Amino acid sequence: MKTTYREAIRAAMREALLGDERVFLMGEDVGRYGGCFAVSLGLLEEFGPERIRDTPLSESGFVGAGIGAALGGMRPIVEIMTVNFSLLALDQLVNNAATLLHMSGGQFNVPVVFRLTTGAGRQLAAQHSHSLEGWYAHIPGLRILTPATLEDARGMLGTALEDPDPVLIFEHGSLYNVPGEIADDAGLVNIDKAAVRRAGADVALITYGGTLPVVLESADRLAAEGIEAEVVDLRVLRPLDDAALLAAVAKTHRAVVVDEGWRSGSLSAEISARITEQAFFDLDAPVGRVCSAEVPVPYARHLELAALPSVERVVEAVHKVVGAGG
Amino acid sequence: MTAPGEKAHPEEAKLLQLLDADGRRVPDPELERWVEDVSTDQLGALYEDMAIARRIDVEATALQRQGELGLWPPLLGQEASQIGSARALREDDFVFSSYRENGVAYCRGVGFEDILRVWRGNSGSGWDPYSINMATPQIIIGAQTLHATGYALGCQQDGVDSAAIAYFGDGATSEGDVNEAMVFAASFQAPVIFFCQNNQWAISEPVGLQARRPIAGRAPGFGIPSLRVDGNDVLAVLAATRIALDRARSGGGPTFIEAVTYRVGPHTTSDDPTRYEDSNQREDWVRRDPLARVEAHLAAAGFFSDGFRDGVKAKADDAAARLRAGCHSLKDPEPMTVFEHVYSSPHPALERQRARYTQYLATIEGGNR
Repeated sequence: MKTTYREAIRAAMREALLGDERVFLMGEDVGRYGGCFAVSLGLLEEFGPERIRDTPLSESGFVGAGIGAALGGMRPIVEIMTVNFSLLALDQLVNNAATLLHMSGGQFNVPVVFRLTTGAGRQLAAQHSHSLEGWYAHIPGLRILTPATLEDARGMLGTALEDPDPVLIFEHGSLYNVPGEIADDAGLVNIDKAAVRRAGADVALITYGGTLPVVLESADRLAAEGIEAEVVDLRVLRPLDDAALLAAVAKTHRAVVVDEGWRSGSLSAEISARITEQAFFDLDAPVGRVCSAEVPVPYARHLELAALPSVERVVEAVHKVVGAGG
Repeated sequence: MTAPGEKAHPEEAKLLQLLDADGRRVPDPELERWVEDVSTDQLGALYEDMAIARRIDVEATALQRQGELGLWPPLLGQEASQIGSARALREDDFVFSSYRENGVAYCRGVGFEDILRVWRGNSGSGWDPYSINMATPQIIIGAQTLHATGYALGCQQDGVDSAAIAYFGDGATSEGDVNEAMVFAASFQAPVIFFCQNNQWAISEPVGLQARRPIAGRAPGFGIPSLRVDGNDVLAVLAATRIALDRARSGGGPTFIEAVTYRVGPHTTSDDPTRYEDSNQREDWVRRDPLARVEAHLAAAGFFSDGFRDGVKAKADDAAARLRAGCHSLKDPEPMTVFEHVYSSPHPALERQRARYTQYLATIEGGNR
């Protein structure tokens, strides 16, 4: 059936709400407005204000209350309008959601799912455009998901709700309108493994979330030149699927990591380090990286686009690792 | 505090009290009807709870000084606030506390060895939160107020008349989380009680740095009814908490209680209040001791006999002995447990660390224990 990324997430939420009375959604503008990105449109009318709860503008408030409701046996879905605003709730996310199981000696599960929009490309300026999912992937106790496909948009939420631990799902804002076909019976998907989105023997392009379409387009352009790229969609940033990374490197002997986050101290650095640690002798060239310019994301359209990973920059990076390998 | 020509809000000035510092009943028809049922026997039982809580506290402090515990946060002076409020709760209510509410934990029925488990470093948690309906102690100042609010939303959604109570101190009222929790609780009329023990200190910072006016005066601005109660008066605290619970159970939403008390001991055993505390102020508060006033009241009623006193002392000493024995019975955690409870399900990074550490331990004689 035809759907969009946005509709797929909505269908996932609807299914969860219908299937489990402990599930409820809360966040800013999720009810009457249908969500700032229209993801929850129509859910208030169907499920009522107790289960589709508009909250005060209080990130720490609804994140902390979501944790409390989860401790009490509920299964909250908490929408944080964008990852940028989650910084106001960092203590609840990092010091509480991520630690309570450990600090309670395994007795206090926190089964809550946080949905956050991430990423740039829509001329929303720095404070609404950052990609901070790599930060969260640093934190023991959290599971970090980055659905990039319609199947994952449809299937990750349900699996995340079954997880007894806190899960953060990062939805790249540029993906909401992406249309496509999914199976009528599309359902839950695993939240452990990376996926190969395109097979190729010459270079591994490793990415996730909003840059997957950029990387796939880059791969098409490279194919026209005779360079076949293997495209790995990480899907899950914590825990990272090392086996998938190493398999792609063993096959292609070259890797480029494409990450909309900043380069320094980043997820792309972690991936590069893991490849170097575990597959150094498989490599024919140093690992390449394409990241965002290390500036607050610009507002001006042309400057914003220049700051983000692009097809041109991915192709250039591949040329470099392929050339360096002889 | 009040500028010339400016009058304090009359509500702010009112401190609810039923037993004054000398143990005399203070007439307050509005308040006392909430504790009409409390007989002299029952007041005696509240006294006993406070005496045991104090004795446990003294013993735990001694255990820390003897090197048996890493740290202990004494509750000395706050017994009435903790016992009076905790004894108002039902079993199905849920407590979200800070680290100092060991008197509350005692009332919830925590096992003696479980009180100290976390402070001895034997486990992340001393007790099973769901067996006594009390969360494990929150260390981040004020963060638990939001958990209580969210828990209360769940009660509301389930249609049960249980309530959540959040315990925090005067310092916490400056934290964003406490203020966000009050906004949240008011918006949804959540059945939650914000129980602030104003013990006058946030480590070395006096309450005047957190609040220019009585803290209870803030809650009405959030749309939350507020009570300011003598936190060293166990009867008044019991009454105030019953008022708040009644409101929560009947759909009336949250209540804020400021229990005005004093931290007679240090912030924790790592603190030295002589560096910042005025000893006269401390002496003033010691004269308003929560146990002494009940003792005086019971004595005047002919209830505080030698037999009663000796009975309470024996129970308190027995509690202390069990606490000490429980402490000594706790075994050190096994090295491999460090990797437990980060996630509920297997996690590759943890498995990798576990495997490496197992290998390392195998190189040390006796290291696999």
